[in-house]
Amino acid sequence: MADLSSKGEPILQVRNLVKHFPLTQGILFKKQVGAVKAVDGVSFDLYQGETLGIVGESGCGKSTIAKLLMNLERATAGEVFYKGQDITKLSGRALKAVRRNIQMVFQDPYTSLNPRMTVGDIIGETFEIHPEVAPKGDRRRKVQELLDVVGLNPEYINRYPHQFSGGQRQRIGIARGLALNPEIIICDEPVSALDVSVQAQVINLMEKLQDEFNLSYIFIAHDLSIVRHISDRVGVMYLGKMAEIGTDAEIYEHPTHPYTQALLSAVPVPDPEARENRDRIILTGDVPSPANPPSGCRFRTRCWKAEEKCATDVPLLAIPERFQGSDSPAAHESACHFAEERAVLPA
Amino acid sequence: MTTIDKTATVPAPRNGGDNEGPLLEVRDLHVEFHTRDGVAKAVNGVNYSVSAGETLAVLGESGSGKSVTAQAIMGILDMPPGKIPQGEIFFRGQDMLKMSNEERRKIRGSKIAMIFQDALSSLNPVLTVGYQLGEMFRVHQGLSKKEAKLKSIELMDRVKIPAAKARVDDYPHHFSGGMRQRIMIAMAMALEPDLIIADEPTTALDVTVQAQVMDLLAELQREMNMGLILITHDLGVVADVADKIAVMYAGRIVETAPVHEIYARPAHPYTKGLLESIPRLDQKGQELFAIKGLPPNLLRMPSGCAFNPRCTAAQDICSSEIPVLHSVTEQDGSELPGRKSACHFWKETIHG
Repeated sequence: MADLSSKGEPILQVRNLVKHFPLTQGILFKKQVGAVKAVDGVSFDLYQGETLGIVGESGCGKSTIAKLLMNLERATAGEVFYKGQDITKLSGRALKAVRRNIQMVFQDPYTSLNPRMTVGDIIGETFEIHPEVAPKGDRRRKVQELLDVVGLNPEYINRYPHQFSGGQRQRIGIARGLALNPEIIICDEPVSALDVSVQAQVINLMEKLQDEFNLSYIFIAHDLSIVRHISDRVGVMYLGKMAEIGTDAEIYEHPTHPYTQALLSAVPVPDPEARENRDRIILTGDVPSPANPPSGCRFRTRCWKAEEKCATDVPLLAIPERFQGSDSPAAHESACHFAEERAVLPA
Repeated sequence: MTTIDKTATVPAPRNGGDNEGPLLEVRDLHVEFHTRDGVAKAVNGVNYSVSAGETLAVLGESGSGKSVTAQAIMGILDMPPGKIPQGEIFFRGQDMLKMSNEERRKIRGSKIAMIFQDALSSLNPVLTVGYQLGEMFRVHQGLSKKEAKLKSIELMDRVKIPAAKARVDDYPHHFSGGMRQRIMIAMAMALEPDLIIADEPTTALDVTVQAQVMDLLAELQREMNMGLILITHDLGVVADVADKIAVMYAGRIVETAPVHEIYARPAHPYTKGLLESIPRLDQKGQELFAIKGLPPNLLRMPSGCAFNPRCTAAQDICSSEIPVLHSVTEQDGSELPGRKSACHFWKETIHG
């Protein structure tokens, strides 16, 4: 786990990242009639050896961020600095070089591995694209090493994905992510498709690898207890914007944004004693469409604190005024006009 | 589609509400699938019961047989390749496995209904939700299209879908995931069944929506005094809603207990392992406890206790003898009602 006092320079800086997907009408003469504002001005930093958890409901833009960081999607606006270099503007050879250092582990181990390729080919393919990492004759051995690192038998190199269980497949996905010795791994819901008893194995593996290779993780998930376990810092997203960001203790024990409070209180706690004396906030309604988000604060349509100001002024992600200069753990960045503490999890 | 005479006799009248005994009782149920590679024993002697107004949570991983048991109860198991070599399923005292297809069809939907996990793939994308909801009334009660539509609107109101009247002619893709799951619930509730089987009803939903849907389900259950079988792998959801729990592993029930007790004192190493693998606050930065290994292949089940290759407390007897479901008692021998464990060393697990 990263020591936060010696953070140094961030390895990845995201500034006002925006991704709008155009909505078009017409077949021959396409005309843009609107845009799905999947990510709408998100900023955060990632430090060496740190895990940043990103939580939020489906449709809040978590996965789009992952794709933007990998440059799989082109950002509409904003910058992503990797070691001071803006990668959103890169292309060709320069982009390829950066991608070597930012790798991804996907959610669904059943669809993210090509069923017609052997495990050796799946992991070894990365070396075809980046031949400088492993010379040709050496690749097979390298792949076997990787399998060993992720806890699979190196003799399985000629097997196909269908011969493995879900947890084993996710290990193959992780081995592929590790193949190029990246510095950053973006994990998009890496354990949500796995069985409960296997999830813990994969989480342990990821933590072990982080220590071993000094990796930085961006860990996207909707399971709040797992995010808390693995993350040093946590960002909560709502409808394309970051609602609150802080260390895991700040977010989980001293949430100040109403959405974070609602999200935390809605999580079923595996403790039947807690069900009677728990402060539950049940939100009404659904997440609004990102094509037509509410004015002002995006959460106001479901928020119990909303006032007129919320409909007109967009709250900025900053340390709330009332907590400025204080040492309290509530003094972390929160995008709410009326940020205040409310402990929702049983201590 | 054939219409059913609504006056036809149905086993046990609905308002025979003075239940002596449980609503549903599954006894020694076995289900196997005959595949090219051999016989997969998906369910190996499952026993459980549900009474009116009670919530039974069936907890297990994928492949543990929890959904197959539910499908056998509903009578929607694909046969072949599925086969029920032995066992009984009593609904209000009558063995459903001995009934004719026609009799079972009358129970299905009107007496026992099911909510499926994935609402989008369970709803027909080319029919309006109003039509699909109304089908329950048209087929089972012989209502006209118009009456059925009115009923559908009523139902949609009941599960709190806003502007039900305007949305009754919408198609499933017009609805969000939570709303679709509400439609599934409405469909299951339509004929006010005695028992609802919910197979992972909230797994595909976000947490805030999951809380709404679970609340709705609990509220309707209370209102109609229904029995509910909740199939899930989420220990959190179980703790929130269940009265009693049955933990399944490799086609067997390994532990049953009232909800409060199982979390406090599990009596089976598998349950214990599951509970310990949940990330807890005080364990941050430490390695999580993980049950090692993988769930067994149903084609090649380990001998003895199916959990023995993964169990930390396994001894010789575990690989030779299949443990029966022992009644669990306090250290002084006093009984713990409703508690059972299929472990040779349940004493050590709960008291040790």
